[in-house]
Formats: sequence, structure tokens, C-alpha cells
Amino acid sequence: MRYLLRRVGHAVFLLFGVSIITFIFSALAPGNYLDEMRLNPQISPATLAELRARYDLDRPLPMRYARWIDSVAHGELGYSFAYNTPVAALLWVRARNTLVVALTAVLLGWGLALPLGIWSAERRGGIVDRAVSLFTATLLVIPELLLALGLLILAARSGWFPTGGMVSVGFAGFSKLEKLQDLAVHMTLPVAALVLAALPILVRHIRAAMLESLDAPFLRAAAAHGISRRKLVYGYAVRAAANPLISLFGFSVGTLLSGSLLVEIVMSWPGLGPLLLEAILARDLYVVIGGVLFSTIFVMAGNFFADVLLYWADPRIRVTRGAA
Amino acid sequence: MTQRRQITLWIAVLGALHVLVVFAGFLAPYDPSEQDREHPYVAPMSVHSREGGRFHWRPFVYAVRVREGSFDEYEEDTGRIIPLRFFVRGARYKVLGFLPTRWHLFGAEGGRLYVWGTDGFGRDQLSRFLYGGQISLLAGLIGASATLLFGGLIGTFAGFYGGWRDAVLMRLSELFLALPWLYLLFALRAFLPLAVSPVKAFLLVIVALAAVGWARPARLVRGVVLSAKERDFVRAARGFGASDGYLLRRHIVPETRSVLLTQAAILVPQFVLAEMTLSFLGLGIPEPVPSWGNLLAMLQQYSVLVSYWWIYLPAVAIVPFFVGYQGLANALHADSATQKIGV
Repeated sequence: MRYLLRRVGHAVFLLFGVSIITFIFSALAPGNYLDEMRLNPQISPATLAELRARYDLDRPLPMRYARWIDSVAHGELGYSFAYNTPVAALLWVRARNTLVVALTAVLLGWGLALPLGIWSAERRGGIVDRAVSLFTATLLVIPELLLALGLLILAARSGWFPTGGMVSVGFAGFSKLEKLQDLAVHMTLPVAALVLAALPILVRHIRAAMLESLDAPFLRAAAAHGISRRKLVYGYAVRAAANPLISLFGFSVGTLLSGSLLVEIVMSWPGLGPLLLEAILARDLYVVIGGVLFSTIFVMAGNFFADVLLYWADPRIRVTRGAA
Repeated sequence: MTQRRQITLWIAVLGALHVLVVFAGFLAPYDPSEQDREHPYVAPMSVHSREGGRFHWRPFVYAVRVREGSFDEYEEDTGRIIPLRFFVRGARYKVLGFLPTRWHLFGAEGGRLYVWGTDGFGRDQLSRFLYGGQISLLAGLIGASATLLFGGLIGTFAGFYGGWRDAVLMRLSELFLALPWLYLLFALRAFLPLAVSPVKAFLLVIVALAAVGWARPARLVRGVVLSAKERDFVRAARGFGASDGYLLRRHIVPETRSVLLTQAAILVPQFVLAEMTLSFLGLGIPEPVPSWGNLLAMLQQYSVLVSYWWIYLPAVAIVPFFVGYQGLANALHADSATQKIGV
């Protein structure tokens, strides 16, 4: 338990660090949201001053940070200039949409990568192995941006999939099943882009980990004892390879969330990505900070989940406790 | 030995690709911002060598004209032949940035030649792709160099001096690694001025890239330095009274070479991509300066996406660069792995 607590403490420390860094960056930035208002002759200086005070822009940085932390404690994460609401309310909806896509991609990606990786490791040098490695090598050199654009082009040209948005017109009137189906159709493209981008890395790591454990002396000994090949691979080798793969799992959650930012924008999926881009263009300070913070929390949650899994799966960690 | 040959091969491939971009002025038939306002969205012209039944020794294209009864569709004007020529005089440019000249590798006489078609402003796509590569690749190369220098210095410092300095720097690097890099890049860009001149934007992009990317090379270099400074010959040199500077210069920094090279081959394409992403989203290099991201940004318009397939061409043409860097990174990695076994 001490080990897990330490990980949580570590995560909280990192979150504070991230928020401080983003605040410092924001202070270095010239200009703010009110600059454009200032050019407007219809807004009086008095109003501007009032707005400045309301958004804390007239205070020094440490004060602003303290006020912001206070607002975080109240579950608000600061105030959006452009939307005129607390940031948290804005982010929750978007974060949920991002999570829907990214987590589906995580599940699907691993669901595809595990059999492919294990399979190609088991038949090292065989046709399957070579086909898989050609496939991953091809995908690896195509940048995510191009993958997303390619899929979008495919969808736009063929008309098989919607090219943007999350739901069809009239979604509210659909039955439960129709809603689910509609959502699934809209999700197909962003999820496919994410999975294709993540797949090569996952497959390669799984294959490498499996190869290592297949080559391990204990496995050769087990083979010498006449244990069946199937049991060797799925009973022993997979379990021995699990440790690095669990860490990779946590890491992949972060990568997919980060990658989904771009894919969401390209595919106009209403997640954090488009909101963040909009906020950047509008200089909506607290939304940007909130978005970065949310994404950091996602990544850490992924890593923490991996830590818990490792703790459960690997007795060595329980014994040596807390070798970070 | 084959690994060495592979490295040479990939460097040759990359070298050839980069030469194409470096000599964009010579290879591109037109200036990248030159507009042919009468002809937006012209499809790539097909090169012919026979007209009716007659064979022409010199390949030619037909001029385009607006199809009758429409205002945005073109057709070949078979009455007007535009012969192609090598080494023609055209738009002014400077070879390698200082030699002014007007010679281009190829071009058309008495008409305009669009091998890759034109964009919505009637600009030649091929020229824009080649010139755009200069911006994107330079951003990648400079960004990666800055990051490696920055990360390398921090890593060497942390590894060599250790103690609290090491602890502070490594905690900081963990912070940067914990953040999804695209979000971090975005946040950083968010806090930098939006509307800036192309040169400034270019520098901003590079600064943003280096600020985001330093953590991983720093950690890798630190690892190498940590093990290098405990090697027997280094301790011996220290025993003979060698100064820190001498040790770093002679024994420690050279050890980090292979890590840095592999990192460079990984970072350059990553940074090219980062520049493309920023420009694609309108946060990077502003129009009318061409960059690969700007070229792809046109695809954000649905009408362009479904109507004009030649706007995809730059996206396809970018891929070989990524293949080259990927191949080089793999070869370098394999090489350093075999070296380790050899020792």
C-alpha cells in the first residue's frame, strides 16, 4: 500500500508542478483576452478596469495563482473569458467526449495488438511475422496527421462515414439503440485514426517483450520438461512478458489522449482538442491551463492504473516496495 | 558491417531528398507566392507527346481554358500547345540564399505549366511543396539541434555533477515527460503572440519545440554520462589530476555521441511533424509563406477535400522524408546495439 500511496503523492506533486509551469508561461505571454476589447471604443475604460479586476488580471502572478488554486478547490478551475462560465463545467463535457474516443481506441488498439504481437513473436521469421512487421513499419512512417487526413478523405469521398461531429441531426429523438449506433458510426473515423497510429508501436513492443520471455532459460527448461507449446506460450511466456507491457499500457493511454487532440480537430469531434484550439486563438487563458491540466490528469491516471496493475501482477514490487 | 552500409544508404537517401528541397529555387518552375489569378484549382496537367496522329519529339502540355457553360471547370485547349523545355529562364531566386539567378531546371514556353496543379490562389503546388520543405525541414533540423544541445548540456551537467542539481533537473524533466507533448506544445504556443511575422513565427515554433523536447535527450544523456564517469579509464584520468573540463571533453561527451545521433534521427522528423501540425492549425508559419503544414491546411475545407484531389499530393510526397528518417534511426539504433555487444 505504501507503494501506491507514494505514487499518488508523486502524481499530486507533478500536477502542482505542471500548473505552476503553465502559469509561468502564461505570465510571460504578451497580451491577454481584454486587449481586443480595449480597441473597441464602445467599452469604457471603467468597464475594462472592472473586468480586469474580476478576472484577476491586475494582480501579480503569485496572487493569481493562489486565487486560481482557490477556485480549483471549489471545483471551478478558473473562469473562461469567452464562454463566461467556470472552466470546469466546459471541460467536463469535452473531456468526456475525448475519453470516449481515446478509451475505445485504447481497448481496440490493445485488442488488436496483443494477438498480433504474440502471434508474430511465436512464429518468429515466419510469413505472419514478416507480414506484421511490414504492416507496422508502413504505419510507423505515416504521421498521425496524414493518417487522420487520409481517413477523412476516404470518408468524404466514399460517403460511408460522417466526416465530423459526434451525433446526427435529430439525435435527441432517437431510441437508445439508435443513439448508440449513431455514436458508433461517428466514432469510427477518429477511433480508427488513433488505433492505426498507436498500433505499430504497441505491436512492436509486445513482440519484443514476448521474444525476450520466449528466449528465457526457464522457458527452455519448461520446454525440455515436455510442456505443450500452447501452454508454454500462453501460460508462461505471456505472463513473464506482462511486466513491461503493463507499463506500456499506462504509457499508451497518455499517448492516445495526446494524439486524440489532433485527430479530434481534424475530424471535428467535440472533445478537448477543438476547445483548446479555440481557447488558444481567443487567448482564453484559464481554459488553456485547464485543458493542459486535464490532459495531465488523464496521463497520470493511465500511469497510476498501470502501477496498480503492476502491483497486483508482480510480486517483486510488493516485496521491494517503492522502487519507482 | 552491414549496419554501417545501411546507415550510409539511409544517409544517401535523405541527402538526395534534402537536395531536392535545398535547390527548390532551381527545381521549382515558379516562385511559391506567384499567383495565376485566372486559374485557381487547375488539375495537374498531363504531358503529351502526340497530337492527333503527329508525334512531337518535345513533350508538351495543352493550355487550360474554362469549360464553356461553367465557371470553375477547366478543359484542355487542344489548339494551344505549350512545349516543355529544360533550363528555362523564369522567376528570380537565389541559389543557396546568395547567388541570384533566373535559371530553372524545367518550364514551359509561352504558357504555364502545373505539374501538380494549382491551389485556390492559383499558385503552383509543386513550387510551394519544394519551397515549403525548406521551412519545414529547417524548423525540424534547427529545432532538433537546439533540443539536443539544450538537453545534452542539461543531461551532462546533471549526470556529471550529480547531487541536488541532478535531483532538481531530473524532477523537472519528469514534469515535462508527464505532460502529453502535443498539449504542452499547444499551451506554450498559446502563450506566445499569435499574429507575428513569418521569421518570428519560425523562431517561436523552434523555441517552443526545444522547450518541449529537451527532457528525453537530457535523461538519456544523463544515463550515459553516469555510467561513463565510473569507467576505469575515466577514474584513472581523474587520478592523474585531469580537470573536469578535460574529462568531459575527452572522455565523457564523446561517449554520448551514439545516443545523440539516434535521438537526432528520431527528433528531426518529429519536429518537422510538430511544425506541420502547428501550421496546419494556423498556429505556426503564416501564409503566404509556404510550409508543409500550410499546404495541408487547405484540406481543412470540406469542399477542397472532396473536389480537388491534387491538393493531397504534398501529403503523399512528405512520406518519403519520414521513411528516410525512420530508416536512419533504425539503422543507427541497430548499430549502437551491436557495438555494445562487441565491447
